[in-house]
Amino acid sequence: MNAEVLFGLAGAVLAGLGLYGLVADPAPLRKLLAFNLLGGGVFLVFGVVARRGAAAGLGGDPVPQALVITGLVVAFAATALAVALLRLLFERTGQTLLDSAAPERTSPDQADE
Amino acid sequence: MTAPALADMPTAGGFLLVLAIMLPIAGVLLQFMLGGRQAERIALLVMPAGLAVAVAVTAALVRSGRPLVYHLGSLAPPLGLSLRADGFSALMLMTTALIVGAIGLFARADFATPTGPVEARQPFVFWTLLLALWSALAVVFLGQDLFTLYVGLELLTFGAVPLVSLDGRAETLTAALRYLLFALFGSAFFLAGTVLFYGEYGTLDIALLAARTHPDTTSAIAVAMMTAGLLAKTALFPFHLWLPPAHAGAPAPASALLSSLVVKGPFFLVVRLWFGAMPGLTDLPAAQLLGALGAGAVLFGGVLALRQPRLKPLIAYSTVAQLGYLFLMFPLAGGEGLPASVRMAVWTGGAVQAVSHAFAKAAMFAGAGLIGQALGHDRIGGLRGVGRALPVTTFALALAGLSLMGLPPSGGFLAKWLLVRASIVTAQWWWAALVLAGGLLAGGYIFRIIAPALSAPEQPLPAIPAPARRREAVVLALALVSVLLGVVPFGLTTLLAVGSPAIAHIVPR
Repeated sequence: MNAEVLFGLAGAVLAGLGLYGLVADPAPLRKLLAFNLLGGGVFLVFGVVARRGAAAGLGGDPVPQALVITGLVVAFAATALAVALLRLLFERTGQTLLDSAAPERTSPDQADE
Repeated sequence: MTAPALADMPTAGGFLLVLAIMLPIAGVLLQFMLGGRQAERIALLVMPAGLAVAVAVTAALVRSGRPLVYHLGSLAPPLGLSLRADGFSALMLMTTALIVGAIGLFARADFATPTGPVEARQPFVFWTLLLALWSALAVVFLGQDLFTLYVGLELLTFGAVPLVSLDGRAETLTAALRYLLFALFGSAFFLAGTVLFYGEYGTLDIALLAARTHPDTTSAIAVAMMTAGLLAKTALFPFHLWLPPAHAGAPAPASALLSSLVVKGPFFLVVRLWFGAMPGLTDLPAAQLLGALGAGAVLFGGVLALRQPRLKPLIAYSTVAQLGYLFLMFPLAGGEGLPASVRMAVWTGGAVQAVSHAFAKAAMFAGAGLIGQALGHDRIGGLRGVGRALPVTTFALALAGLSLMGLPPSGGFLAKWLLVRASIVTAQWWWAALVLAGGLLAGGYIFRIIAPALSAPEQPLPAIPAPARRREAVVLALALVSVLLGVVPFGLTTLLAVGSPAIAHIVPR
């Protein structure tokens, strides 16, 4: 097993874990972290693609590296937007769950505090 | 590998495509520089200029009969990036420019710049996001590089999500957050597919991919991931869960933009992917699966729209249903040896459905906003007598409903007629049955709005403040366009044929 296969598999595992968390975890903050894991896996696979596609004598194909940097910026912006929304939601309702129907402050769910 | 086809060389007038993207973005930058006091004025100034660019692009396509192409920095792909406008792109650019302009005029009352010395947050956010969305849509309609399209998609999401929670209520914040999480799933999957394509073929340019792609496992996985991601963003059944609360909770002008234009962006990319980057994909059984999901959307969205107690959620579920029709393009345009005329009919049908739904839905959400402001609520049970109080708005809702139902002579009728005819020609009668059933459901939910609106109120309505004549005129104009599309479609066929991959697929490469 050479380095590319190893990193490729690691990327796939990360992406799989992230996808599972994004779909299965009920808490939005954890979903967000899972999205970042998923994104990390995809970027890692892209790195492997760069390594494999490199012309003879080059360490890596520069195009995927440039794209990964852009992708990181986009993922960062998305995370910031989601965290801002989540903070606002917490300020308004005192909780950060998506599923409880219309809590709007007066809800009696202080059970888990 | 293959020499780039003549159609992909830069053309005169290609710079218009850069303008189509840059004008709204320049507006956004100016808005940030000059602040909230000038935001509305700048947006209103950019609108006619953007419309002029869209008209110029369309005119250039019709005149030359070939797509417009521009290579950024004069570098040809695979080294550089190219922008390209075919007939469908030009039509979507025109639609976007017209609807953004109309909704801008409509929204001046909702998001007026305050006269006092204090700047308000909501108007500033609305006017900047309006232009930002416009620019993102232009990137999506014109980009030819999968990664450029990914960035365009993300810009679209970042513009759309804050529009949902513009009023900052907990309910809309939840809706926005759910929308964002679905969109993030979509973008991660789109990017993963892009990575696989790059690894397999060494390019992300759609025209180069079209010449290189061959159906193997990697390509299949890549296309499947990208399609799944795009479906989550366009809210096709069963990924539609985020759409009704998001579109129904947003302020009326924002709902109109989201429902008419924003969801069309990811759909457009599914078309680019299936017809452009991987031609021949529609011949596969997977196209039937996309059609089946579309069928699920038509039936499920229609039935749920029938059961909504309030006007805006009803219209939002109607969007879920109408999006389903768009995905009938894929199974209908497939099949070996299908004559070019049938493929072109399906292509036109899909495009006209996208455009006529955009105008109809913008009219309906704007009209629902006027009704909501006049009555102070939008419960369907309380709509009795609205027809007498707001006759123009009610008439516009009925006209837009005509297009959603697919009754002649509306644009919706033309689209559904083309799809039904293609399904009979290709011996796939079940899609025809679906279109008819969807039309019945749409008739049902439109009737639920119009029937009480036209009936006499049980007790005299309290004095309803009449909405501004100008706002009602905008709603009526949007609804009229969605109907007129069915009356004057002749130019549309010519325009849509320009550079259409539906025909190019037949020509041996």
